[in-house]
Amino acid sequence: MSKALLPPIGMLAELTHRCPLQCPYCSNPLELLKANLELDTRTWLHLFSQAADLGVLQVHLSGGEPTLRRDLEQLIAGLSARGVYTNLITAGVGIAEGRIEAFAEAGLDHLQLSFQGARPATTDRIGNHWGSHEKKLETARRARAAGLSLTINAPVHRHNIEEVPEFIDLALSLGAERLEIANVQYAGWALANRSLLMPDRAAVDRQADIVAAAQEQLAGIMTIDFVTPDYFAIYPKPCMGGWARDAFMVAPDGTVLPCHAAQTIPSLRFERFGDRSLAEIWTDSPAFNAFRGTEWMREPCRSCERREVDWGGCRCQALAIVGDAAATDPACIKSTAHTRMAALVDETRRSKTAGDDAFIYRRIGRDFDGSYNPRR
Amino acid sequence: MTAPRERAIVSLRSAPSLPRHVRIQYDPVRLAFAVLAPEKVFWPNDISLDILRRCDGQSTVERIIADLAADYDADPQDVADDVIAFLQEWSDKLLVKL
Repeated sequence: MSKALLPPIGMLAELTHRCPLQCPYCSNPLELLKANLELDTRTWLHLFSQAADLGVLQVHLSGGEPTLRRDLEQLIAGLSARGVYTNLITAGVGIAEGRIEAFAEAGLDHLQLSFQGARPATTDRIGNHWGSHEKKLETARRARAAGLSLTINAPVHRHNIEEVPEFIDLALSLGAERLEIANVQYAGWALANRSLLMPDRAAVDRQADIVAAAQEQLAGIMTIDFVTPDYFAIYPKPCMGGWARDAFMVAPDGTVLPCHAAQTIPSLRFERFGDRSLAEIWTDSPAFNAFRGTEWMREPCRSCERREVDWGGCRCQALAIVGDAAATDPACIKSTAHTRMAALVDETRRSKTAGDDAFIYRRIGRDFDGSYNPRR
Repeated sequence: MTAPRERAIVSLRSAPSLPRHVRIQYDPVRLAFAVLAPEKVFWPNDISLDILRRCDGQSTVERIIADLAADYDADPQDVADDVIAFLQEWSDKLLVKL
């Protein structure tokens, strides 16, 4: 490392892989962990305490569906006692009476609620859960009544990209402070379903114009954060703010990872909290150091003026598309594989006739080829 | 597009406060004050921090300007311009309530 290692600021805690929804773009790995592999309350609290000691200021409580953890109130209280900012990322389906109030009471700072569509039929179909839209509306109302601030999160793909104006109206009508229009990142289940989810370029361009106009019009009323789609980009995103630079995530079994999809990189071995401390993993883990900073870079990244802007982009996308995790993210126009991204968009357009029922819905124990294998 | 709320504009009589999803937190690891907000961490400079700390829902903008002008021994008009611009920007980002 050429520069001093900085402490992490943010941590994503995937408390569980269990979820009532089956979204075909879930960022969880294809091999989902069952409940019996999840860390217990004491271990999560211990981990959170070490995270705070290490310098973590914000924890995103996610999953799967984090509210399926019956100890969520306790976990929020533990973080809150250390002054850590807590953000609950929920699908908002099936949260028992009184619990949202209990989360607020425990010190929850913010709630982020996903909507799979702006229309009930879209939400229900994408999450493969009938009646989920209504339940989400109710969750939003309860969160507001409990005094919580609200972000609406809209993961966008071919089947709901035309609903973007309706997402904006929906978020306004629910009193949200913030709306995330997040184009699906093609890793995890989204990669398995890429040909069914990829929007076409005209729709992406329309979306960008709509969002830009709304951002201007809604200044001071609602913040809109826009996560642009990589496959239509010129430059890559600084994935996770740079590999192991200021954030990390923890899987339900305590495996500490630089990002959601890191386990798809076969050359890396990841360590579990408990076997080593969080500080040791952050500082010394070979997997964390593999792509940290700029030393690992080859050309064109190594001499690129953007190397500390996007940190080479996404390692998992480089692996998925170029076949080499140390390659330049193909989202970058300087990548020799950049045209492959456009070719994948075109391929998708040709296969567009496939029906929605061809989705590989997210399910524990399901193989990524779509077959159901209960032995996993 | 329906907008049930309106953009707030800073006036001298506004009494700004921090919304529930924004808080100031001392970070003992980095020895600095951080402003924590959804998916964002800000590291305000001393003057920004002094403004944000006075956003208690009680003090008016007029009062905040007078206090800061006294504390920094600065021209109240210069301070007013800075404070109003700062609060408008933060209000537009939904990080300060007016």
